[in-house]
Amino acid sequence: MSTETPTAGFRQWVGYHAVLLGGIALAASALLALGDVQTSAEIAARAAEDLKSSLAQVVPASMHDNDLLADAVDVAAAEGGRPGHNTVYRARRGARITALAYRMAGQGYGGTIDLVMGVDPTGKLLGVRVISHQETPGLGDRIEASKSDWIKAFTGRSLDDPSPAKWGVKKDGGDFDQFTGATITPRAVVKTVKEGLEFFASHRAELLQPSPPATAAAQTGPASTRSGS
Amino acid sequence: MNNRYLAIVRDGLWSNNVVLAQTLALCPTVAVTSSASNGLGMGLATAAVLVISGAVISLVRNIVTQEVRIPVFVLLIAGIVTLVDMAMNAWLHELYKVLGLFIPLIVTNCAILGRAESFASRQPVLASALDGLMTGAGFTLALVILGAVREVIGSGTLFAHASLLLGPHFSFMEMELIPHYRGFLLMVLPPGGFLALGFVLVGKRLIDRRLASRPSLVSAPATDGAMA
Repeated sequence: MSTETPTAGFRQWVGYHAVLLGGIALAASALLALGDVQTSAEIAARAAEDLKSSLAQVVPASMHDNDLLADAVDVAAAEGGRPGHNTVYRARRGARITALAYRMAGQGYGGTIDLVMGVDPTGKLLGVRVISHQETPGLGDRIEASKSDWIKAFTGRSLDDPSPAKWGVKKDGGDFDQFTGATITPRAVVKTVKEGLEFFASHRAELLQPSPPATAAAQTGPASTRSGS
Repeated sequence: MNNRYLAIVRDGLWSNNVVLAQTLALCPTVAVTSSASNGLGMGLATAAVLVISGAVISLVRNIVTQEVRIPVFVLLIAGIVTLVDMAMNAWLHELYKVLGLFIPLIVTNCAILGRAESFASRQPVLASALDGLMTGAGFTLALVILGAVREVIGSGTLFAHASLLLGPHFSFMEMELIPHYRGFLLMVLPPGGFLALGFVLVGKRLIDRRLASRPSLVSAPATDGAMA
């Protein structure tokens, strides 16, 4: 079927290999560049949507009338495994700040656990959700809201409810359940949530300061969809 | 002609199955199959890449020389996987959120380079695409079987979270076979993957032996071969 002659003259020439390899590499990079141009705006929009929907899980829509992504402040912070800074999104009704939402990162059993948490101005948790993790499937992944209700136990808690000594899993004398067969994962989540509340407590004045971001929000406007990453 | 395509189908699905017969691509196989749904997702994504890479490599087969074929194939496969990854992230975002983790892993799947080298670089486009589809289907079959075995023993469920992968219409597939099951951790962890794989391989050999001992079923493929 194949009519190929194995020793076709010019194909044995070294230059042919170089040109072939170079040509294919060029074609592949051109295709990748084209693909990137075609998809990057769409991918950024999807990432912003993802961020928005994860923020919406911890800050109910009824609590704010502004675009959370447009009202973001960077806070210098060393806490929560995010050295440098942490971006805090502020929910407002009118000019009044009703809630703050931000991400925290903790070390789980399999790698980094990314959380998003919502806090009201008094420091009470509105909700915590896991955005991404690499915990053991079937064991550690019960921290996901879609797989169990465990993560909802944080709603309504604050730094002094339970008392600081009780901010741990039951095995460590704390207030929160662990999973059968997995203690490290819930322990890491509890620790990260507590760190998140401490982060809020230490930057509270800065975060709730009403005036400068109000103008920033007015400048960017509610319609602008700034990509979160 | 038909017999040739039939042989491609039979090879890809069963007699030359990537995982069950060639024992290739074990890394993604063991890593991903902690549940049947995960296996299904990885299998489908890999099948898509196999079809595209088979067709593309078959298209360029006449200009690629023996000496540089491996870098060319690797480059093409990596490019295709990256394009699929970007396209899914942009336009099939819900599916990407479930499968996204697995897609970059496909580059490292030696079965794809294996099919490129042993089939697509020697055969016409249609046959190569069919071979990609059938190899992919065989891979999916093996992953779903392995995932199902591990999931039933490890978690007592079958196709849990299938609706996340396939959409809400498929929620009927989600079954809890053993209610109040405490779970058998070993089968969910990677060692369980190797254990289950061993038993699945034994199962395939037993079925093959059973088939070989039945003359009526053997004679049919034999005449196929004679005619081809």
